[in-house]
Amino acid sequence: MNTFHPDRAAAFAADRSHAHWHDTALWFVREKRDRGAASVPEWERLRDAAAGIKAQALSNLAAYLEEFERNATANGIRVHWARDGEEHNRIVHEILAARGVRLVVKSKSMLTEECGLNPYLEARGLEVVDTDLGERIVQLAKEPPSHIVMPAIHRRKESIGELFHEKLGTPAGASDPKLLTEAARQDLRRKFLGAQAGLTGVNFALADTGGIVVVTNEGNADMGTSLPPVHVASMGVEKVIPRAADLGVFLRLLARSATGQPVSTYTSHFHGPMRGGELHVVVVDNGRSEILAREPFRKSLACIRCGACLNTCPVYRRSGGYSYSYLIPGPIGAVLGALRDPERHASLPFASSLCGSCTDVCPVQVDLHHQLLALRADVAARGILPWGKRMGMRLAGLVLRHPSLYRLAGGLARRALRGAPGLVRIGPAATWARQRQLPGAPSESFREIWRRGGA
Amino acid sequence: MSAREAILAALRAASARVVPRPPDPEPTRFDDRVGTFLESVKAVGGAAARVPDVTALDAAIRALPVWAAARRTVSLVPGAGASTLDLSAIADPHDLEGLEVAVVPGELGVAENGAVWIPGTSLPHRAVFVIAEHLVLTVQARDLVSNMQEAYARISLQRPGYGVFVSGPSKTADIEQALVIGAHGARSCTVYVVG
Amino acid sequence: MGKVALFIPCYVDQLYPRVGLATARVLRRLGLEVEFPEEQTCCGQPMYNAGCAADARPLAERFLRVFGGYEAVVAPSGSCVSMVRLHYRELLGESPALRALAARTHELCEYLVDVAGVRTVDGEFRHRVGLHPSCHGLRELRLGRASERMDPPRNKVRELLAPLRGIELVEPSRPDECCGFGGTFAVNEEAVSCLMGQDRIADHEKAGAEVIAGYDMSCLMHLDGLIRREGKPIRVMHVAEILEGARLAQ
Repeated sequence: MNTFHPDRAAAFAADRSHAHWHDTALWFVREKRDRGAASVPEWERLRDAAAGIKAQALSNLAAYLEEFERNATANGIRVHWARDGEEHNRIVHEILAARGVRLVVKSKSMLTEECGLNPYLEARGLEVVDTDLGERIVQLAKEPPSHIVMPAIHRRKESIGELFHEKLGTPAGASDPKLLTEAARQDLRRKFLGAQAGLTGVNFALADTGGIVVVTNEGNADMGTSLPPVHVASMGVEKVIPRAADLGVFLRLLARSATGQPVSTYTSHFHGPMRGGELHVVVVDNGRSEILAREPFRKSLACIRCGACLNTCPVYRRSGGYSYSYLIPGPIGAVLGALRDPERHASLPFASSLCGSCTDVCPVQVDLHHQLLALRADVAARGILPWGKRMGMRLAGLVLRHPSLYRLAGGLARRALRGAPGLVRIGPAATWARQRQLPGAPSESFREIWRRGGA
Repeated sequence: MSAREAILAALRAASARVVPRPPDPEPTRFDDRVGTFLESVKAVGGAAARVPDVTALDAAIRALPVWAAARRTVSLVPGAGASTLDLSAIADPHDLEGLEVAVVPGELGVAENGAVWIPGTSLPHRAVFVIAEHLVLTVQARDLVSNMQEAYARISLQRPGYGVFVSGPSKTADIEQALVIGAHGARSCTVYVVG
Repeated sequence: MGKVALFIPCYVDQLYPRVGLATARVLRRLGLEVEFPEEQTCCGQPMYNAGCAADARPLAERFLRVFGGYEAVVAPSGSCVSMVRLHYRELLGESPALRALAARTHELCEYLVDVAGVRTVDGEFRHRVGLHPSCHGLRELRLGRASERMDPPRNKVRELLAPLRGIELVEPSRPDECCGFGGTFAVNEEAVSCLMGQDRIADHEKAGAEVIAGYDMSCLMHLDGLIRREGKPIRVMHVAEILEGARLAQ
C-alpha cells in the first residue's frame, strides 16, 4: 500500500516546532494573498473571466497552438515540438550543442524539472545554473524544490547561511537575508555575463501576436536572455492563450494569488529574438494531451502555477513539499502527479481533508478538491486501493444497505466502545486513539429513542 | 508522423466542444490615477514623484544620491540626466556591466500596480533596464491608466519586438520570506510622473 | 408550515443522539411536523470519499427512495447534505427526481434561515463561543463567506447564534481553517489530522472560547477526542443543542 505521504508527513509533523514554523510562514503568504485579492473589488469576476478564457483555450488548443506557431515564426521565433520529456531534452541539447554552449543560465521552469533537463544537460558536459534565488539555493544544496514559487521555503536562513558559506564563501555564521542575497547576486552576475545561452519557462504564449511572456520578481529571466544571444523557452502545450489582451485579466490575478503583490516586478513580452540573437520555443506535450482527453481533469491544465493552493492547504503547510511523491507538491501537485502516474502517486489524492480552500483561491477556478475526490475513485477503479480498505468499505456498504443489519452493527459498536478497552488496540480505532479519546457511546441510539417516543 | 503532427492530432482528438470567450469584467477605475500610481510604486518598493516638466525632471534626477555617486550613467530621455556612455557605440550588451544608473522612458504607467511599460524600441539594448544598478523611469501623467486591462488596450506589441512592464526594483523573498530589494536587477527604481 | 423529514447521519444516530433530538426539537418549536423515516441509514459519503463509488451507489439509491416523497429533508450535517446536493448526480446520473430531492435537502442552519425564514432568535446562551465552520457546509453549501473568497460578508450560523442573550462570539485568528477530520483522512493521515485539530483548539482557546460550536458533529467528534485526551476544559456543542431552548420566529 502506498503510504508515501502519510509516512513522511508524520515525520514532518513530529518535529512540532518546525512544522509550526513552516505552517506559519506559508499562512503568512496566504494572508498576503487575501489582502491583495481584497484590494480588487471585482476579484471574483476576474476569476470567472480567467477560468472562462482558459476553458476557451483548452477547448481549442490545437488551433491556438497553430496560430501561435504561425505568428511566432513570422516574428523570427523558431518553434519546436516535443512529444515527451526525453524529446524536449534532446531538442534543447541539440540547439545548445550546435552553438558550442558550455554554460547555460536558467530561470524558473517547472516543465524543465518535469523533463529532467538539468541532469540531461550536465551529463553531456554543460554547466546549468539556476538563477532564481530559491532554485539556486536548492541547486547548491542538491535537493529538489519544496514549493513551486518559493523553492527554498523549507530552509531556515541559518541553514542557507551555512550552505552559502560552504559554496559561495560567505562568512561563517552569517544568516542575514540581505547579505546572503547580495552574495547570490554577485555570484550569479558572473554567470549571467559568462553564459552562452539563457533558458526560461513560459508563463503565457500568445496565439494572436505570436509572443511569449515570462514573469519574475528578481529579473533573472531578463538578465539571462538579454546578454547571451541564444534564448530557449520551454512551454507546456496548455500555456497558450488566445489573445495578448487576455493578459489584462491573468496578470491582475497571478502575482496577487502567488504572493499578494499587485504584479510581479518584471513582465517580459518576447515577440522575437534580440538583434543578432535567436529565440527558440519548445512546445511540450509529455502527457498533457492525455489529461486533456479526460473531461473531469481537463481543468487542471488551466493552472498558471501561482502556488496559492499550496499556501492555503492546511495539509501542505503541515507536511512540507518533500512529503509529496511528485515534483510539484500540494493540491495541484497531487492532481497532476496522480494523473501522470496513479500507482506511484496513489497516496496523494488521500493526502487531503478535502476542505476545498484550494479551489476557492485558485485564480483560474480549477476545482482541485473535486478532482482529488475523483482521483480517489480512479485509484479504487485501478485496483490500487489496499484490499483491507476495499473490503472494509464493501462490508460497511453492505451493512448500511440493510437497516436491521445497521441497527445490529451500531448496537454492537456502541457496546464495544463502552465496555471493551481491547478494541483500542485494533486497526483504525487504534490509530484514532493515538492522540484522541474515542467517542463515548450512549446506551441508546437516536432511532431507539425515537421509536420509544422519547424524542 | 512528426512530433508536431502527433501532438496536434492528440490535442484535436482530446478536445470537446469549442467554448466561447466570456466577457471581461469591468475593471475598477481610479479618479486620481496619478496619486494612486505614485502610491503603488512606493508600495512595491520603488520611489516615485511628480514633476511638472523636463527641466524639473532633470533637476530631480541630478539631485538623486545614486546619481551623484554614479560615474557610469545612461539616459534615454532627452533633456533628463546625461549619458557617460555612448550607447550607439556599444555593440555588445555585456559591456553595459557596471552601468550604475539608467534613465529610461516609459510609454504608459498602471495605477493599480505601479508598473511602467517600456517598449523594446526605447531600448538600444534590452539589458539596459535590468543590468543597471539603479533604474529611473519616466512616464507622462496623461499616459497613466488605472489597471492592466486598460493597459493592454493601449499598448501596441511590436512584432517582431520586445516589451516589458517594470514594477519597482528587483526583489526576492526566497529566504525565510524576508523581502530583499535588489536581487538580480536594479537595486532601486525611481519613477517620475511628468506633467 | 408543514412537514419535514429528519435525516440523521449514521454517526449522529449511534454516537450523538442528543444532537438528533435537539434538531427535532428546534424544528418542532417552529411549528413543523417532524418525521423520522426509519428506513434511512447512511448517505454513502464515507464510501464515496474512499473512492468506492460502487459501494456508495446503493446507499444513494436508498436515500432517494426513502426521502424522495418529502417536501423538505433536514439534516444536522453540512457534509451529508453536501454529498446529496453535489455528488449524488455523479452516482445516480441526472434525473428530475434527484434534482427535486437535492433542492429540498437542507442542512439545519440553512433550512432555518433560507426556508423557514427565521429572523428572530429569543433565547440565551451565556458563554464565549467560537464558531467552527465545517468545510463542506462553508465551501459547498456556502453557509457563510469563506475567508479566502471576496464575497459579501454573510454567515447564516452567526445570524442564528448572535441574537442569543449573553452569548459572546469570539474570533479565532484563522476563522475557517479545516480541523483535520476529513473522514478517513482522520485515520489515514493521523499525524497531520491531529496537528490540524490541535491547532484549531489552541486558536479557539487563545480567542477565549469556552465552547466550540459547529454544525457538523464529525468535526466536533475529532476536536472533542483531542480535547478530552489533553483534559482541556473547552467544550464542543452542535448548533442544534445551543438553539434547542430558544424560540425561533420569522
